[in-house]
Amino acid sequence: MSMLTIAMPKGRIFEEAAALMQEAGYQLPPELDESRKLIIEVPEENMRFFLAKPMDVATYVEHGVADIGIAGKDVLLEEERDVYELLDLKISPCYLAVAGIPDTSLNEVAPKIATKYPTVASAYFREKGEQVEIIKLNGSIELAPLIGLSDRIVDIVSTGQTLRENGLVEYETIVGITSRLIVNPVSYRMKNKEISTLVSRLTDTIEEKAVQ
Amino acid sequence: MSKLLMFEKPVGMRDTLPHIYETKRKLKEAAESAMRSWGYRFIETPALEYYETVGDASAILDRQLFKLLDQQGNTLVLRPDMTAPIARVAAAKLLKERVPLRLAYSASVYRAQQREGGRAAEFEQIGVEMIGDNTMSADAEVIALLVSVMKQAGLENFQLSLGHIRFTDELFRQILGTEERSEQLRRFLYEKNYVGYREHVKSLPLSSIDKQRLLQFLSLSGGIECLDEAVKLVEGSAGIEALDELKSVFSRLQEYGVDQYVTFDLPLVSHMSYYTGLVFEVYADGVGAPVGNGGRYDDLLQKFGYPAGATGFGLRVDFLLEALEQLEEEAGVHCVLFSNERRIEAIQEAQKRRAAGEYVLLQDVAGVKDVDKFTETCKSVTFFVGKSTGGNA
Repeated sequence: MSMLTIAMPKGRIFEEAAALMQEAGYQLPPELDESRKLIIEVPEENMRFFLAKPMDVATYVEHGVADIGIAGKDVLLEEERDVYELLDLKISPCYLAVAGIPDTSLNEVAPKIATKYPTVASAYFREKGEQVEIIKLNGSIELAPLIGLSDRIVDIVSTGQTLRENGLVEYETIVGITSRLIVNPVSYRMKNKEISTLVSRLTDTIEEKAVQ
Repeated sequence: MSKLLMFEKPVGMRDTLPHIYETKRKLKEAAESAMRSWGYRFIETPALEYYETVGDASAILDRQLFKLLDQQGNTLVLRPDMTAPIARVAAAKLLKERVPLRLAYSASVYRAQQREGGRAAEFEQIGVEMIGDNTMSADAEVIALLVSVMKQAGLENFQLSLGHIRFTDELFRQILGTEERSEQLRRFLYEKNYVGYREHVKSLPLSSIDKQRLLQFLSLSGGIECLDEAVKLVEGSAGIEALDELKSVFSRLQEYGVDQYVTFDLPLVSHMSYYTGLVFEVYADGVGAPVGNGGRYDDLLQKFGYPAGATGFGLRVDFLLEALEQLEEEAGVHCVLFSNERRIEAIQEAQKRRAAGEYVLLQDVAGVKDVDKFTETCKSVTFFVGKSTGGNA
């Protein structure tokens, strides 16, 4: 049996992902999220975990340095990586939405959209037949319309609290997001047995949770 | 744009330094000799082709083509693969001489640069095309040769996945009715988005039995036994025929003694429209992307005015090198160092050794600043320096 290397996302998704793995019967080291170590081996499971920025998980998997990764659908839509999207883990649900200051309309000449997701945003507005200018930001997207950088933002919304606190409203929902299990195309074949086991154990766990 | 620094080269372009060159040469020689020993003849075609002909016929997506203009304003492409140029030559000339045609190539191909590093825009491909033979023996031969090439190149830990595009097409057509809907579903497979595929199937207005058939299709991979599962999913002759083809190709591969490298993967869609029958990809341990792929493409030759079936494969030399791990030692060079007074002796010594098949470097000491450093990388050294007789170091 060959060892599986798994890329886990830091932050918001991590806890839910780790809990799901544990429910599926995998012995994760308790220190995984607090540890300063970047790579943690779990010889009992023949697995190796590392933590990465959520946006980077798909990159590690595409290049094959991780066999498996857990990544939000938002990352997959934005990054368009050549990886297998095998399983909807149904964790960390949220959605991508267009938001802005209430009762405002788009600038007619050059409507500006600020976002962390330029690919998704530009595809969305193209499909709608609207020509917009995309401005890429790396965080605190809500700031952009408040300070006058953009007319709208495209961002992840989970509870809507951040938007409300900043006096913004949602205009449109783009797409629902959950976390996915992604697999490198070569690992999918060369480590098929190990990966199939993991996928079926996770599938069972997800189905059980859905029934509850 | 900032001024380019002298060491820079365009994104995706790579240098091959001497020790990698040696490894690559050995690898290519091994692969080429395997292909030649199966009766395949090598050809070369130009790096530039017309966009409207070869560029259009190629399996490579339009946005991945390098385009430029000639003086007449025609759009040219740097060849993105070798299959389309070979189809051009075969249709125009070679097929009139002999059918079936077995051709091989080893050449650089070009794909437009990616947004980031780690993806080559120029890379060498080595492969074969078998044109004008529609039998399953041809499909099996190409795969058996591929295995033989991999082994000759020194690779052992690799695996082939086999699918059949007509099985997928037939299953989708039966259940979904229209080509448009089939294409939608096929695109999920092409994008490797199994989650999207499942969601899409669940959203379709189909009977629960049909939905189940489409969902089960995703799990049709593994050993030969998955073909028995596949039989239960299709009705009618076309789908069964495709499965029979897979079976009989597999039994031929058993006869070749290479079946241990072969698994099945029916949801494999390596291209949206190019392939017409059997398709396959090759994976090697330690390389993150397929090292090669191939399959049957019966519609391509027709585009060049000579309808003929064809099958073949292409392997990426850079990925094979990655899979090899160990770099070849450079062949040792013997160094003859001389000073002017003993030049004649030195030349004679060098010629004698070269005639015996050694690699010999002849160097005037006056041209070297640090003799120790210079001779460090040499296998052995002979000095012809000063007035006394030379000695070995």
